[in-house]
Amino acid sequence: MSSPAPVPEGGRLRAEAVVRRIGERTVLDGVTLDPRPGETVGLLGPNGSGKSTLLRILAGVLGPTAGTVTLDGDPLPRVGRRAVARRVAVVQQNSHTQTEMTVRDVVALGRIPHRRAWAPATADDRRAVDTALGRTGLAGRAEQPWHTLSGGERQRVQIARALAQEPSELLLDEPTNHLDIQYQLDLLELAVSLPVTTVIALHDLNLAAMYCDRLLVLRDGRAVAEGTPGQVLTPELIGEVYGVRAEVTFDGDRPAIRFLRRRDTPL
Amino acid sequence: MRGARPTLLLAGGLAALVLSVSVTVTIGPASITPAGVWTSLGARLGVGESPLTPIQDGIVWDLRMPRTLIAAVCGAGLALCGAVMQSLLRNPLADPFVLGVSSGASTGAVAVIVLGWGAGVVSLSAGAFLGALLSFGMVMLLSHSLGGSMDRVVLSGVAAMQLFSALTSFTVLLSADAETTQGVLFWLLGSFSNVGWADVLLCGAVLLVVLGVCLAHTTTLDAFAFGEEAAASLGVRVARARVLLLTATALLTAALVSSVGAVGFVGLILPHATRILTGAMHARLLPVAALIGAVFLVWVDTLARTALDPQEIPVGVVTSLVGVPAFIAVLYRSRRQT
Repeated sequence: MSSPAPVPEGGRLRAEAVVRRIGERTVLDGVTLDPRPGETVGLLGPNGSGKSTLLRILAGVLGPTAGTVTLDGDPLPRVGRRAVARRVAVVQQNSHTQTEMTVRDVVALGRIPHRRAWAPATADDRRAVDTALGRTGLAGRAEQPWHTLSGGERQRVQIARALAQEPSELLLDEPTNHLDIQYQLDLLELAVSLPVTTVIALHDLNLAAMYCDRLLVLRDGRAVAEGTPGQVLTPELIGEVYGVRAEVTFDGDRPAIRFLRRRDTPL
Repeated sequence: MRGARPTLLLAGGLAALVLSVSVTVTIGPASITPAGVWTSLGARLGVGESPLTPIQDGIVWDLRMPRTLIAAVCGAGLALCGAVMQSLLRNPLADPFVLGVSSGASTGAVAVIVLGWGAGVVSLSAGAFLGALLSFGMVMLLSHSLGGSMDRVVLSGVAAMQLFSALTSFTVLLSADAETTQGVLFWLLGSFSNVGWADVLLCGAVLLVVLGVCLAHTTTLDAFAFGEEAAASLGVRVARARVLLLTATALLTAALVSSVGAVGFVGLILPHATRILTGAMHARLLPVAALIGAVFLVWVDTLARTALDPQEIPVGVVTSLVGVPAFIAVLYRSRRQT
């Protein structure tokens, strides 16, 4: 117990060489992710490359087979589930419920890690919910039933719920899947405008290039590239990881990707 | 959307419960007034003198009062179990009856009666609890190995219900005489006749403990609305919460089944009815559902024992007659939402 205290890594969530195996299969193979406070990190990679697994391990809902995830230098299991949930909020790919809830009810779920057993919601809880509703432009729809919302609106409510957790880190797993393009842009504008460190798994390379400060590209569970969108999104890397040809042009320092038709189509 | 204020609902529910109990104990062949009941309660507590004859006093305090109270406890307990199971399993069709917990409890209790392993209230309840845990364990194991999705849970519940009903019938056939068989069959349909104060005290005590446990976990239950992973990311220790709350509901189901048999559908319908008043958040839902369940079953039992007087209808028959249409309505609603 008298060993020297570990050197703090700075106030942040950090994954160090995490490995996740399911039976014989290695889903994640020694990935390190260390977002700087306040930045938006995009996770890219084909389906099954390990993006979701990495996010779940970062959130602490899944344990790594090897490696560690630390919050302010402490391993997540030592921090404890509730304490982690007060710092790290998650928005899943899509959210379903059979329960009939209002928008406010859903957003108030974000206060659960802050609340004690038996005690009713406090003034702090109500203020956090109102702030989250306001910030996501949902203040006027607080009493609307969840089931009447569109897919894009539901994701917006989930982001409001995550904000009500008052996190320092926000993890989003392909939050724009199946949304109309207008909602995709709205949602990402909202996500990057928040004063938190954001890690976001994305499908769309152009959206990643537009909104992320840094990218981490996964393939078969391994990190194959990391850096700014301009450094990472090269025709070579896109060809190697996704197996398609693309042209990359620059709009300022942000790359824009145009996919090309197959040169020699079979048949 | 969220209806009346929670304190108002609670106060109203409590008042309705007290009123229902004091009115329904006066209903029956022997005519007694509510005022008479209250005055005789006072006399029993040492204030004033009872206006009731010794026979009336016996009817009220040895027959009707324990029966009315067990109906209230049973209604409250089943509504509570149903609400908790529906949330934890994210399944609007979950209740102790549908998931086979009641059947397992019946088998355990019948085994204790028929095989003659002592027949006190406590040994009955212990047998029922073992049976309930066994069938519930089987449902969880089976559904988990089938992939754990919620329709698998219900299908596994159906399998457990069939298996344990068969085991119950088999046990009865194998070793009971005609009279025991008839008694057991009547009790299997759910009946509040033949309950005494020991049942009321045992079930009441278990209800209070389990209600306390559930009320201490209302936000945990709320967290399950979007699934287990969402609950985990809200700081809930999912496995621990599930085991604790499901074991608590199995215990309560077992105590109720060993006293009154398997009363179906109350646990399924009343939580849905209550959500219309309170919304789905558990701090409001659970206490109000328990009160509404209590009032509901007190009146259903009164109907069951008076409608065909002097013939008595098993209360489970009445709840099923009301419950099946409501079950179908819930099915239709959940189909619309997905």
